[in-house]
Amino acid sequence: MATYSLKETKQPPKSQTKAVLWLKDNLFSSVTNASLTFIALYIIYLLLPPILNWTIFDANFDLTADNDSCGREGACWSFINANFKMFIYGFYPQEELWRVNTMFGIIAALVALGSLLKSSQYRAHFIIGSFLIYPVVAFVLLYGGLGLEIVETDKWGGLTLTVVVAAVGIIASFPLGILFALGRQSEMRVVKFISVVYIEFVRGVPLITILFMASVVLPLFFSAGMDFDKLLRALIGITLFQTAYIAEVIRGGLQAIPKGQYEAADAAGLSFMQKTMLVILPQALKISIPNIVGSFIALFKDTTLLLIIGLFDMLAIVGAATSNSNWLGRDTEGYVFVAMVIWVILYSMSRYSKRLEVRFSTEHK
Amino acid sequence: MSELTNKEIGEKGCCDIIEIKGLNKWYGDFHALKDIDLNVKEGEIIVVCGPSGSGKSTLIRCVNFLEKFQEGSILVDGTELTDDVKKIRQVRSEVSMVFQHFNLFPHLSIIDNLTLAPIWVHHETKQEAREKALKLLDRVGIKDQAEKYPNQLSGGQQQRVAIARSLCTSPKIMLFDEPTSALDPEMISEVLDVMIELAKEGITMLCVTHEMGFAKKVADRVIFMDEGQVIEQNTPEKFFENPESERLQLFLDQILTQ
Ligand SMILES: Nc1ncnc2c1ncn2[C@@H]1O[C@H](COP(=O)(O)OP(=O)(O)OP(=O)(O)O)[C@@H](O)[C@H]1O
Ligand SMILES: [Mg+2]
Repeated sequence: MATYSLKETKQPPKSQTKAVLWLKDNLFSSVTNASLTFIALYIIYLLLPPILNWTIFDANFDLTADNDSCGREGACWSFINANFKMFIYGFYPQEELWRVNTMFGIIAALVALGSLLKSSQYRAHFIIGSFLIYPVVAFVLLYGGLGLEIVETDKWGGLTLTVVVAAVGIIASFPLGILFALGRQSEMRVVKFISVVYIEFVRGVPLITILFMASVVLPLFFSAGMDFDKLLRALIGITLFQTAYIAEVIRGGLQAIPKGQYEAADAAGLSFMQKTMLVILPQALKISIPNIVGSFIALFKDTTLLLIIGLFDMLAIVGAATSNSNWLGRDTEGYVFVAMVIWVILYSMSRYSKRLEVRFSTEHK
Repeated sequence: MSELTNKEIGEKGCCDIIEIKGLNKWYGDFHALKDIDLNVKEGEIIVVCGPSGSGKSTLIRCVNFLEKFQEGSILVDGTELTDDVKKIRQVRSEVSMVFQHFNLFPHLSIIDNLTLAPIWVHHETKQEAREKALKLLDRVGIKDQAEKYPNQLSGGQQQRVAIARSLCTSPKIMLFDEPTSALDPEMISEVLDVMIELAKEGITMLCVTHEMGFAKKVADRVIFMDEGQVIEQNTPEKFFENPESERLQLFLDQILTQ
């Protein structure tokens, strides 16, 4: 028998990590790449100076300045300072603002706690528990009752309103979306038919139409004279809308589950409910996380449409603040500020979902 | 088709635990199973073989009603399989299945894969189920992997986990659908060894496989299927040495020269 010696294992060749090489690889690897790099640089050269001038170099950072002393060359950031509370809380009464702050504080605490929990089983309990209990707490805090003074919803506005609408839309549409996704897969013809019609109808209609319908049509179903809360109508509209999208996203996840998983669950004698809740849905939801978050982000952006049906979300506050004669003509500052706030929130959401994804994939691969 | 006396198949058990009569199954217009009659005695080890597409999987999947059939009857341990969900679950709680592609639940750890059915279907406590699961994992030689997830294991290990999972519910009958054919050659024997151990313990096994060594070693009866029919069945000795039909002869030549 022929003998042979085993080769020694060696280190891989040192990778060259010098900055020049990085530039060469990433920005100038080919003629096309190089020219695109130059075009991009030129566009940045054109855009950046005016933006920097307006926001920083020509801007007035004196937070006590009024509209006239501010000057017109650059941004007047005292506008934001003067109207900050309105941007965040809308027209919520001054002395009750602690309630809104508490609500935000609890969200932050829950998110922090949730990411600290190590055991995936406790984490699931924690998340489900939070989703069941927190909305009630938040509602009592914001609206009142249990000894707290009632604050009518037409006083709600700004970032608070945006967060409330997005959160309600997200929390309510999630279980509904799961139901419709399962309904669409169902072997029961009627259930399937209703699910398909609902999903396809809603997805074929823009949100703005649904919001109008919710604010105009919904009251028709209720006895005349009964005052139907404007915010509630919007919430129903948004939830109906979001449900259809979540249902489709989750259906995509369901379809990715191999047939063998259903068979193994069936063969083990699990009931339909057990199979769905213990085997199929956990996997389908996990696959769907990026798309679910994407859909939530889209919803968050869409909340800016609320101003069209007369609710004062953050975008509408810009209009309200600049119609005050003290701050005429400061719309740009307002819109830039709102854009920044929304961007920060959405970007954090998308980072958070990335982290979830990574965590799930390391747990299970 | 040859009729076998009790003596020939080795005097196992007294009673038929599976009774299949006049079974016919169609996929659309395609006639997948034709007039199958098959009785399996308690503790009997049956190996089913035959060319691809001959209906082997379809047959054993009818036994736990993963496939519906249009004609004929199947009795499993006295329970007749009908559309009645209760009866189906009753049968499935006594019959376990091991699949070609393992079909472990990837989102659950190995131990959770094993305890799922005992806890939810057989209403055992977590503690009981866990202890039994660890014993079974020990038996198939992978106790130390209990907290890992399925995709962290090799194919052979996964299939052994799948076997342990199907044993967790103390089934009376085990169905195997080509349990080794998705495995790399060097892992086949580790799975077959576990199956041989099982066969010796007197559990009823209905096993689709082309591992003829396994059939010769433990089978009480080998069944040859082709085009949806049972062509021939016999004790392993006669099956391999004196095949009666030309088709079986041909089939054996093919797989033995591979
Ligand atoms: N879901 C299905 N729909 C339609 N035809 C099917 C379906 N499942 C199986 N068949 C057909 O039924 C026949 C028997 O299939 P079966 O899977 O039982 O064969 P098999 O003997 O297990 O083959 P293999 O060795 O390839 O697993 C095949 O011709 C197959 O094409
Ligand atoms: Mg098969």
